[in-house]
Amino acid sequence: MSYNNKSIKELHELLVNKEISALELTKATLSDIQAREPQIDAFLKVTEEKALKEAAAIDARGINPDVVTDGISIGVKDNIVTEGIETTAASKILGGWIPPYNATVANKLSQSGLITIGKLNMDEFAMGGSGENSSIKPTKNVWDQTKVPGGSSSGSAASVASGEVRLSLGSDTGGSIRQPAAFNGIVGLKPTYGRVSRFGLIAFASSLDQIGPLTPTVEENAQLLNVISGFDKNDSTSSNVSVPDFTSKIGQDIKGMKIALPKEYFGEGIDEKVKEQILAAAKHLEKLGAIVEEVSLPHSKYGVAVYYIIASSEASSNLQRFDGIRYGYRAQDIKNLEDLYVKSRSEGFGPEVQRRIMLGTFSLSAGSYDKHFKKAGQVRTLIINDFAKVFEKYDLILGPTTPTAAWDLGARVDDPISMYLADLLTIPVNLAGLPGISIPAGFADGLPVGMQLIGKRYDEETIYQVAAAFEATTDFHKKQPIIFGK
Amino acid sequence: MNFETVIGLEVHVELSTNSKIFSPASTKFGGDPNSNTNVIDWSLPGVLPVMNKGVIDSGIKAALALNMDIHKSMHFDRKNYFYPDNPKAYQISQFDEPIGYNGSIEIELEDGHKATIRIERAHLEEDAGKNTHGTDGYSYVDLNRQGVPLIEIVSEADMRTPEEAYAYLTALKEAILYTGISDVKMEEGSMRCDANVSLRPYGQEAFGVKTEVKNMNSFSNVKKALDFEVARQAKILRAGGEIRQETRRFNDKTGETILMRVKEGASDYRYFPEPDVPRFEISDEWIEQMRESLPMTATARRAHYINDLGLSDYDARQLTATKEVSDFFDQAIKFDTDPKLVSNWLQGEVAQYLNSEKKELHEIGLTPENLTEMIRLISDGTISSKIAKKVFIELAKNGGSAEEFVKKAGLVQISDPDLLLPIIHEVFAKNEQSVADYRGGKQNAAKALVGQLMKATKGQANPTVAQKLLYQELDNF
Repeated sequence: MSYNNKSIKELHELLVNKEISALELTKATLSDIQAREPQIDAFLKVTEEKALKEAAAIDARGINPDVVTDGISIGVKDNIVTEGIETTAASKILGGWIPPYNATVANKLSQSGLITIGKLNMDEFAMGGSGENSSIKPTKNVWDQTKVPGGSSSGSAASVASGEVRLSLGSDTGGSIRQPAAFNGIVGLKPTYGRVSRFGLIAFASSLDQIGPLTPTVEENAQLLNVISGFDKNDSTSSNVSVPDFTSKIGQDIKGMKIALPKEYFGEGIDEKVKEQILAAAKHLEKLGAIVEEVSLPHSKYGVAVYYIIASSEASSNLQRFDGIRYGYRAQDIKNLEDLYVKSRSEGFGPEVQRRIMLGTFSLSAGSYDKHFKKAGQVRTLIINDFAKVFEKYDLILGPTTPTAAWDLGARVDDPISMYLADLLTIPVNLAGLPGISIPAGFADGLPVGMQLIGKRYDEETIYQVAAAFEATTDFHKKQPIIFGK
Repeated sequence: MNFETVIGLEVHVELSTNSKIFSPASTKFGGDPNSNTNVIDWSLPGVLPVMNKGVIDSGIKAALALNMDIHKSMHFDRKNYFYPDNPKAYQISQFDEPIGYNGSIEIELEDGHKATIRIERAHLEEDAGKNTHGTDGYSYVDLNRQGVPLIEIVSEADMRTPEEAYAYLTALKEAILYTGISDVKMEEGSMRCDANVSLRPYGQEAFGVKTEVKNMNSFSNVKKALDFEVARQAKILRAGGEIRQETRRFNDKTGETILMRVKEGASDYRYFPEPDVPRFEISDEWIEQMRESLPMTATARRAHYINDLGLSDYDARQLTATKEVSDFFDQAIKFDTDPKLVSNWLQGEVAQYLNSEKKELHEIGLTPENLTEMIRLISDGTISSKIAKKVFIELAKNGGSAEEFVKKAGLVQISDPDLLLPIIHEVFAKNEQSVADYRGGKQNAAKALVGQLMKATKGQANPTVAQKLLYQELDNF
């Protein structure tokens, strides 16, 4: 029997009332995974034995009736470090690495009774927007297995959309949670920069990375954010601001809510059908009492260029530690130290990672720093100011999550620029450190379309409030994908 | 042609904090390889640096001690390069906003000549680990030192002779030592120095091509290396040659500098702001708090010793040679002891003992309390100076109270005539010949009797009282 159509609140009631044990639930989840994995390829590793042991231990001590996540299974993106469980960020260079420590979020999951059931596939080191840069295997789109699932949190989105798990964690540097959530018709939130500890998240771009939740519904998303948020003394960029109950505004009406529609988010490069769906969604919110007005984010068009300089520069430095000396892949047959570095890194990193390392190394090099890295930083400030100006008058910004719906597997592999442009609408949010969500808002040619809601810093509550109001009055999130022809 | 020497020094000082600059691992020196390391020092995937605030405290103190301006809004940068002892392949350092800048220090040469050397900057950074090459064909990495906090102090090219460089290091060491932020021991690596040297014809303003000299592990080696390098460059220039920009290492066996590598353009370290460590704001209150916590400088202490305590210039210099001795002295004179007596003991018996035992003051049992207690026992006649030497050895070895030891060991001086007279008479009885000789006019014979008396009292007879009594008895015949 499968329980994957039940929300964690419903599962929690079953567990509290002892209609099902944590062990039974975990076994059911494992059999859901087993049944779907061959078509989806969302997991790099399923930690069956460990999960069953943890479930049995939870049964032995009894479900905590106050903790809604107690005894529920979760999938974790493979760039989040898990003690004793191989963690590779889907890269050959980290093949076989068993971490001796836990990411702060991994500790928070177990403190809330969540059972980590496996590690999820992704684009190598979170670099990519299609999942195809995994050095292990590409994950498939749940709605159409010939399409990409989006990325880089490809496995995180596909595992939730396919009903393998209710909850997963992803990471978002330029759209890596929101874009695959949109492509898979689920809810994915990138929290405010600093809301969730990055300690134990294998760094891609330190000033942009955030871990966030992917779930079938808005409420579950808020519940999972409750688990992972908060200041961490091990991460100096995590924020000391107090953590509210993110579900607290869910169910409140949105009358008078001021929502901004940036005209740049509906302009060039945005698919007509996507635009149509999102404008309809905006109308729907208007009907619910929101005030929707057009605004401008004039510098957002520079977002992609700024992002690829800043993110790649930080990445070029962050990824230098993968040098073949202390852990991970080391090339054989080497002549000297230089050879060891060059061969280990050339053989260990995939082509997209190498491309970004080169881009970043160039941007930071003497003679290029001022023209590229420094200038990018200045434009980033302009983008931040654009948002700040809009938020003086509005509560939220609304637009599509992605310019198009999911594309064919392989279609953009040889065209990095078109791949990069898929993050056009999500990137500015990371550059400004703001929270943003993608929720199901329609379909284009049978594939899900995601609506993005961008909030003020540390105002995830309002995002969830509006997202929940939309979800409660639409059916998009209830549409089920057709997996393996059924 | 005669050339003017131009020298600038880059000095690395290890800050003696308990934990590392960006990780909670211990900074203790000398453990087994990699015993003082954690996941951060290993630079495992996903780890993040967290600033040790104590390091900023130290940085502020150093900046104040070196008369520097402080960047009140300050950030760290990444310096990128690959090397096995550098596990992140970047060093967290400070590039364009060093904690201190625009400083200076007074130096004084042995001949009394004084000068002011400007200090360009002082920045905080992490130390690297250590590579060793085994005889088994493998190379090894020890990360114990990885992340130990450093402050790098860069002088302007203001020094004109190796002697000035020596004096600069002496002054710098003293200034840092007296802030208490480091033990600044060049021989143990907690102070390291690289020198930039160039020559130019007298009168020329532009600097000549410089070489960088490394691997000098004592002040005198710095001077030797600079002497050699100045002579080497002068010889090349006089022969019409050109100096090549290069890095040279000092060989302390031969006293020569030898070529390490030729610099072909500047290395590109791709510095950029460290995104994992947020910008630091240093408030005026913080700076004031550090200023107030700074101990008195050596210069101020010397002035105090000479002007207020009446010590000689020589004594004042000896006492301030290390902060430890100076602190000990300051503590001791708080117990109302004659500063001159304390100074004599510290420079005499104490210094000798430390020398012969190869120990430092904090490693022996002597304390300001028990030393002054002992000096008081001498002054009030309880023990003789001779006995005091015995007492001192006991205090140095085992510590404890001077008074209690003197009592326990029965070393109290005998000054009571009622106690001394019977002993004197006994000595006379045993040495009738000497007594007869004295009384017969041989003045010298009394000395032998005094010696016998001291022997009979195991040295405890108060020499003044005892002699007076003895002569009185001899004459009283």
